[in-house]
Amino acid sequence: MTGNESESELPVPPYPPIEPTAFDLIVIGTGLPESVISAAASASGKSVLHLDPNPFYGSHFSSLSIADLTHFLNSHSTPSSVCPDPLYSDVEISNYASRLLSQHPRNFNLDVSGPRVLFCADHAVDLMLKSGASHYLEFKSIDATFMLDADAKLCSVPDSRAAIFKDKSLGLMEKNQLMRFFKLVQGHLSLDESEENNVRISEEDLDSPFAEFLTKMKLPHKIKSIVLYAIAMADYDQEVSEYVLKTRDGINRLALYNSSIGRFQNALGALIYPIYGQGELPQAFCRRAAVKGCLYVLRMPVISLLTDQNSGSYKGVRLASGQDILSHKLVLDPSFTVPGSLASSHQQLQESFQAFSLSDNKGKVARGICITRSSLKPDLSNFLVIFPPRSLFPEQVTSIRVLQLGGNLAVCPLGMFVLYFSALCDEVNQGKKLLHAALSALQKLLVTGTAGNSSTAQSEDMEEAKPTLLWSALYIQDLSLGQFGSIISTPTPDGNLNYNDLLDATEKLYRKLYPNEELFPETTSPENSEDDAGLTLES
Amino acid sequence: MHGRPRKPLKPEDAAASAAKAEKLRVLQSQFLHNHHNHIYSKEAVELSTKLLETNPELYTAWNYRKLAVQHKLTENDSDPDSLKSILDEELRVVESALRQNFKSYGAWHHRKWILSKGHSSIDNELRLLDKFQKADSRNFHAWNYRRFVAASMNRSEEDELKYTEDMICNNFSNYSAWHNRSLLLSNLLKRKVEGFVSKEKVLPDEYEFVHQAIFTDPDDQSGWFYHLWLLDQTVRVDSPQLVSSWPTPGSDLILLGDRCLDGCASSPFTRFHLDSRTFPLVLYFNQAVEGVNSSTITVDSELNTNKDLVWKPLSSCNSKAAQVWVTQLNLPDGNTHSSKVFPVEVSLGHSQGIISSSGFHYSNPFCFAFRVSLQFVETQPVEALGKEIISWRDESFHNYNAHSQDSSPISSLYQLSIKNDNELTDFEWRAATIAKEIDHFRELLSLINCKIGKLTLARLLMAHDAMMCPPANKISHSEEVLELYNDLMRLDPTHVQYYKDQHSLVLLQQVTSNWESLLSRCFHYSNSPSNRGSPMCLQLKNLSLSRLGSFDKLLWVQMLDLSHNELRSIEGLEALQLLSCLNLSNNILGSFTALEPIRQLKSLRALNISYNEIGAHSIDTTKYLCSSPLSHSVGSEWNHGQTVIDDDIKSYWEAYFILKGLNLTQFDIVGNAIVNEKFKSFLIKVLPGLKWLDGEQLH
Repeated sequence: MTGNESESELPVPPYPPIEPTAFDLIVIGTGLPESVISAAASASGKSVLHLDPNPFYGSHFSSLSIADLTHFLNSHSTPSSVCPDPLYSDVEISNYASRLLSQHPRNFNLDVSGPRVLFCADHAVDLMLKSGASHYLEFKSIDATFMLDADAKLCSVPDSRAAIFKDKSLGLMEKNQLMRFFKLVQGHLSLDESEENNVRISEEDLDSPFAEFLTKMKLPHKIKSIVLYAIAMADYDQEVSEYVLKTRDGINRLALYNSSIGRFQNALGALIYPIYGQGELPQAFCRRAAVKGCLYVLRMPVISLLTDQNSGSYKGVRLASGQDILSHKLVLDPSFTVPGSLASSHQQLQESFQAFSLSDNKGKVARGICITRSSLKPDLSNFLVIFPPRSLFPEQVTSIRVLQLGGNLAVCPLGMFVLYFSALCDEVNQGKKLLHAALSALQKLLVTGTAGNSSTAQSEDMEEAKPTLLWSALYIQDLSLGQFGSIISTPTPDGNLNYNDLLDATEKLYRKLYPNEELFPETTSPENSEDDAGLTLES
Repeated sequence: MHGRPRKPLKPEDAAASAAKAEKLRVLQSQFLHNHHNHIYSKEAVELSTKLLETNPELYTAWNYRKLAVQHKLTENDSDPDSLKSILDEELRVVESALRQNFKSYGAWHHRKWILSKGHSSIDNELRLLDKFQKADSRNFHAWNYRRFVAASMNRSEEDELKYTEDMICNNFSNYSAWHNRSLLLSNLLKRKVEGFVSKEKVLPDEYEFVHQAIFTDPDDQSGWFYHLWLLDQTVRVDSPQLVSSWPTPGSDLILLGDRCLDGCASSPFTRFHLDSRTFPLVLYFNQAVEGVNSSTITVDSELNTNKDLVWKPLSSCNSKAAQVWVTQLNLPDGNTHSSKVFPVEVSLGHSQGIISSSGFHYSNPFCFAFRVSLQFVETQPVEALGKEIISWRDESFHNYNAHSQDSSPISSLYQLSIKNDNELTDFEWRAATIAKEIDHFRELLSLINCKIGKLTLARLLMAHDAMMCPPANKISHSEEVLELYNDLMRLDPTHVQYYKDQHSLVLLQQVTSNWESLLSRCFHYSNSPSNRGSPMCLQLKNLSLSRLGSFDKLLWVQMLDLSHNELRSIEGLEALQLLSCLNLSNNILGSFTALEPIRQLKSLRALNISYNEIGAHSIDTTKYLCSSPLSHSVGSEWNHGQTVIDDDIKSYWEAYFILKGLNLTQFDIVGNAIVNEKFKSFLIKVLPGLKWLDGEQLH
């Protein structure tokens, strides 16, 4: 399904009429939260109509070709009468090798909401297994994590016993300290309280800031940073910022990381990535929904909402085709703005609309995408890089996370690499500064990293060997958490590496939508029990 | 496969397993019927397949299949295709049996047997192993089989070494992988394969590698075991070496015919009372060696012609190898008044033949000389020590005042450390390696409390001291090591006995490490305090010793007090060939068999084993290790001339075995459970020379 539809132009009316004309639930937008909701509702027997004005699945969670991504970002960053408050802003797209890139028009699957990975033990994986969406997906391991150290070099992140063993940069005593800390955490988390060496961390410590606790555990500075920013994935500078991670949360994040390692036999570490890009995830849930009877219509904008004449409450939607479809409930993609013709006449609806417009944003996330022709690390293609706070410039208060993916994940042609990076920011200028700093740091790393093996590249084609950076896109995305009213609005992609917070929010929305339903109850049906052992992991 | 909790069976599981057992019983009885009647039909073999696929542990069924294969092979002798299909079917059955149980000895063995037929592709085996070792990387069956396969297909040891590295990197808690690594490295080093020519080049990387495991997780023992192997590789000197001798090189030996009454100022350490016309020459090696004889050792003196010398190994088991070798030198007849000095020169290593148990030759030509002079006192009979009862009470012993000239002969004990050239070059990196390891583990122990870390540090420190020992003893770590073992006894009560033993060995090393400390434990034995010519007694009592060692430094000892210790065994004491008085009272010796080393002490006259636990243990586990009238291994010892007391032998054959060759004049055994009137009368019969039993004079 990947991207095939995306090339085709919007079909011209007349649209084929939709049968039936009334549903339990209408979902607009095929982002991950919406797709999960429609799959869950369909699975529990609701009739669902799932619409998307785009010609592709995934909305803000999709993976697109260069052209489609450019178009998508541009169209969602220009304020218009339809969309006064667009989700994206300050889009900067630079193409340094248009001739080369145009040779591969279909070979890119660029994530709109990158960088993003899955932890083997995280919520998204559980949901995929429970829902059966995992049948449509294939994953590969992320090979390693690196962190920018004080000397502006990439040092590997020892995140497991085996990784500590293999690590070349830690001293013997540092290895011992880090492993003892991991054991302390494991002992704390272990259910078996009878074991004498399982020392519980005290309540007092659990409520203290995680950074303080690490200091108390006498961890050296370097190891502290590794734990805080490269394993617990703290967003903000933990020494000074107001967004301080509590020990309790830090330990939970370590627990997720730890239980991710070794959950699946073929997975090398804690992190995995879906082949063909993150856009596969919402698609897989849509497929699951379709199997359970959900009706899909792409390229179908909604032009207005229908409300009850008397109560003013939501009744249905009017499609671009002119058809009116009724439903009990409506779920909306957060970037959606329905022309207010209807809303304006009804005070009540108006209010509920404002409630989930983007005015509730709690910050922004700055995102960047690069396409390069060489890897940051000559011998690896898929890995994570952390630029911890203040590693790039003194005012950098948030951690920048970079994900490099190679052609073997089918996100770009072989021999090229896609680098995603993102950081949280309060306002646009701060975000832009972060993105530019990250981009120049990456370029510096690309130069030093490839210095060793440049000879082969040069011999091939001198002209094409330059430049390393082929294409880049920088953009700022607004954040919103989603809202529940008579109409439900789903959350925007967040600044995290995984989908855990998003899916927690989605599950909450679903429970409010259908208080008596569980999101994908554990099934005992034979179709799932056969191979619930795990995901398809290519090694 | 590892670390998974065992869950109690649910009732329905229990029922299922009962049903399975019933089915198995039926299959099994059918199978046994086929087996006994030599039925190898297709159906019968298929039945055994079914049986083995359910229960691969049934080795009878594997043997049956071997018979069936042989049977079929003789039928299909000529046809290579059917031959291959028969064997392939066996391989398939083994594979599915192994899926059922990974650790089935019978299944793995069957597979080897099939492959040894030589008709199956070995390449397949490596693929199968990869699959199995991925599922359980530690399974030693698979590792064993891997060694077999690698050898069969001539896979290079370097490749296998790389494989162990990969496995260890995946998860270093893997004894099997570390073990295989040590085997492969030993072979590569032995064969001096390119890149593995010298330990000096190879071992540092291995230390570096195993440090990663040890420091990452000191609680995981697999790395420690590999470290112990590395330490051994670092310290071990392959070729055997002479450590000490008696008489010591350069010494002037004075042999006395009786208690010395003259004013001679010679040292009591080099004076030796003579019972017979011979005196021993003892060679102490650093490891057990074979091939010590008159052609490998040349003794040049007027006293003997070399080829007449008979060298005897001193070992408790009747083996041909021993760490200590002894021969008897004859004294000249007559002319006992002459004060003639007899020079003796001993040389060894000039021809090959002395060889260690691991196959290394003694390769260091060495020569030493000593001089013997005789002093007989005219009127006294030769029986010196048998004349008066020996009293072990404190008032019999007097401080020994060292004469300056005394230090020279005994300190020569410490000069017999011979280093060959090869070793001198080696010494540098060995010492540096050990020193580096000591620093690492000190640092680790400063962070954490770790039992095996302390033990390793103790071993390293002792290795360091042993290496630094000759001749200028720098700083000895024995105090620190003793403290470490004391710590370990507290921390790890389960292994307290081992730590006690080590503590004892270190303590003895400390006592014998230098002349001053040794001298402080030496006392004159005399009933009349003025007597300067009296014997010298080494007192090692009240030291909580549970094990004995450092015999190489004690070859000169004639009188030894080991009372009030915790000895269960006196292993190694046979090296002290001059010993004539031995006090082992108030120890915890549990049986006569524990005294086996004294069988070799032909000079022993006074023995005190009072207040031990001989006879207190109803089951003497060592009793049957020792020669008996019923065992044929050492049968010759029982064949002649003991009809006299055969009645008592039935009850006391182990006491008889230990004591009968001795010529004791004084024996103390009071305070042992075994003692009663019957036993006493047995003793008097078995020890005809006995004059005092438990302090009472015999008539």
